[in-house]
Amino acid sequence: MTNSSASSYDEMLDASGAVRPAYDGYSKWLEEQPPGLLRRKGIEAEAFFRRTGITFNVYGAEDAEERLIPFDPVPRIITANQWRKLSRGIEQRVRALNAFLHDLYHRQEIVRSGRLPERLLKGNAAYLSQMAGFTPPGGVYTHIVGIDLVRTGEDDFMVLEDNARTPSGVSYMLENRETMMAMFPELFTRVRVREVSDYPRRLARSLAACAPPAFSGTKPTVAVLTPGIYNSAYFEHAFLADQMGADLVEGSDLRVENGRIAMRTTRGWQPVDVIYRRVDDEYLDPLTFNADSVLGVSGIMDVYRAGGVTIANAPGTGISDDKAIYSFMPEIVEFYTGEKPILQNVPTWRCSEPDALKYVLDNLADLVVKEVHGSGGYGMLIGPTSSKKEIAAFEAKLRARPDNYIAQPTLSLSTVPIFTKAGLAPRHVDLRPFVLVSPNGIDITPGGLTRVALKKGSLVVNSSQGGGTKDSWVLDD
Amino acid sequence: MLGRSANGIFWLFRYLERAENTARLIEAGFRMALTRDLRDASDEWRSVVVTLGLQAGYEAKFGPDYNGPQVFNFILRDKNNPGSVLSMAEQARTNARAVRTGITREVWETVNDNWMGLREMLARPVNETRLGDVLDTIRRQATQVRGAMEGTMLRNEIYNFARLGTFLERADNTARILDVKYYVLLPSLSYVGSSLDNVQWENVLRSVAGERAYRWLNAGRMEARGIAEFLICDGRFPRSLSFCYGKLRSNLEQLAREYGSEVGAHSILRDADMRLHSQTIDTIFEQGLHQFIGDFLATNTRLAQQIQRDYRFIE
Repeated sequence: MTNSSASSYDEMLDASGAVRPAYDGYSKWLEEQPPGLLRRKGIEAEAFFRRTGITFNVYGAEDAEERLIPFDPVPRIITANQWRKLSRGIEQRVRALNAFLHDLYHRQEIVRSGRLPERLLKGNAAYLSQMAGFTPPGGVYTHIVGIDLVRTGEDDFMVLEDNARTPSGVSYMLENRETMMAMFPELFTRVRVREVSDYPRRLARSLAACAPPAFSGTKPTVAVLTPGIYNSAYFEHAFLADQMGADLVEGSDLRVENGRIAMRTTRGWQPVDVIYRRVDDEYLDPLTFNADSVLGVSGIMDVYRAGGVTIANAPGTGISDDKAIYSFMPEIVEFYTGEKPILQNVPTWRCSEPDALKYVLDNLADLVVKEVHGSGGYGMLIGPTSSKKEIAAFEAKLRARPDNYIAQPTLSLSTVPIFTKAGLAPRHVDLRPFVLVSPNGIDITPGGLTRVALKKGSLVVNSSQGGGTKDSWVLDD
Repeated sequence: MLGRSANGIFWLFRYLERAENTARLIEAGFRMALTRDLRDASDEWRSVVVTLGLQAGYEAKFGPDYNGPQVFNFILRDKNNPGSVLSMAEQARTNARAVRTGITREVWETVNDNWMGLREMLARPVNETRLGDVLDTIRRQATQVRGAMEGTMLRNEIYNFARLGTFLERADNTARILDVKYYVLLPSLSYVGSSLDNVQWENVLRSVAGERAYRWLNAGRMEARGIAEFLICDGRFPRSLSFCYGKLRSNLEQLAREYGSEVGAHSILRDADMRLHSQTIDTIFEQGLHQFIGDFLATNTRLAQQIQRDYRFIE
């Protein structure tokens, strides 16, 4: 692993080793604590997570064991001021994403205007022709969005990725806070941190505000659709359903009844109004997409298009997670909002463009190269930490299908200290704030999920590859 | 609630009940075996395996060799034995995970905690020295789940489905023990309890955790007919058939009230309950104890199936 920590922006300490204002209160508190407290609390936290069952399953893991995502007890802290600016940027970006998706599935003005090449849509599996000409209830495409941010300096937050498909991790945001409050109650009386615990209530309200035309009554029935207990994020599905007071359904619980989607209850079939699905597009409807799917509901797309049910997020939103599309986000934001983007993208080379490809091939050892449809840190090359052999193998793939890749510089991600056996030590982090969209507006939960690379110098924060999480604080004014 | 969730809750509590009862049977078997010579002990273990309905699986693996540690390890921790306590704890936990939204955090954490503890405890073979501790733990775990459930669950449909699972399973268990041991209780065998009879009777009571209650009610006097009456007709004893059916009746009634209507299961239960309560131990012995238990087990199974159908547990 390259050790980029030395030159990175540390969020707690400045270059002279002085504590930055964000960590002022925390740092004073920490100094007063007996030695060994963090270690002891860390062990407590792990036992707590195991007992509550906050685990994730790793696909293909030999023993099918449920694993814990390591939790680090040092919070990641953002000041009220930094958050204000960030949330303006996030709001603008999410607004643009929804307008963009609406346009893609209607007149495609952005393509007509020449700002987005049509080839990015043609033949892209994430673009669903079944959505063309259809407007989801309330005009909302992305009910829940996770925007992955990285930081490189005091005011330099950049968007690394948009997750408009089915962003996960919000349960960790909530449980991390619960854990911190249980471990260090007095800390929260000393440092005022903005609340995150009402996220499930806000999610429920936001989903209920998107009831389909066929809904009549006072309170829409909301259900969370999960692939089942073997899915890696099952804990989160159950957690959210539980917290929202919604039903946790599987495909086999649902069917089409009188033009509605109904669930099999102990009293018979009852209509569901809003489905928060944690099942990918391609498994949603075996009649329309993957015919072998047993996770979805036959005929749900017809019901959806006829106004019988709301699907959140709307099918086809995954197109905006595409990394080639991502590279156009600055243009997209400007096109739909008429404003300059507040949040910048990470500089991105599109390997589909000959000049960019040449640059990327010449500098592979310094770049991060990603598949345009990839996610979760799979199928990518991190130049600086790869061997000559790995780089050569990747180069062959890149030359064969340049369209399939984008490249970005190896960013010097900011660091936040984690607790190690040798004391506090800086590690690279990112941040995924969670955003709710409804006809009533855009609602951003203060903070989000901080993922942290636990290995010294590592830039890979994905939980599937040895990353951990931290509680993320936004300070109250 | 979802039919699938009702099914999950129902089975969660069936598995928990069955795991607990299994531990009690082992305990009774172990005690009995200790007081026997080798051949009788092995008969005793065989009867435990038969009562649990695990004979085929056991003999497929070990043949007809019923030595104690082999038997109780098979029953406690054999991964290939779906009826082992460990397999059932895992089934219970899987069901609890699947119905996580239907149970309280306390119930879930207790079930999860128990499973983790049990897995660790049963990671290596259990010997006779450790057996007592293991069985103790299993019993204590069952008590904890019950406590968490009593103290935190809403008394709604979910609770009622859970209780239906518990009492159908418990009635089944008590009836199975009677089914395997009925000959011990036949009055014709001996009117005056020999010391051997006394031990056997006590063993039957012990396997349903009823020895103290029975002795207390009968001033320590052991007698076959009294024991049969106690296990079948005594509505005060929480593992008697009569008690279980009383509970089933009230849980099904509460469901009918909550849902505003009765289903097929209600009439099956009414008939079964009436049959049970209209009998005395004399009429049962006249009809034949074995026959009575056989009928009871069949009805119990039919009732369980009807509940699953009526409340759409499965498609």
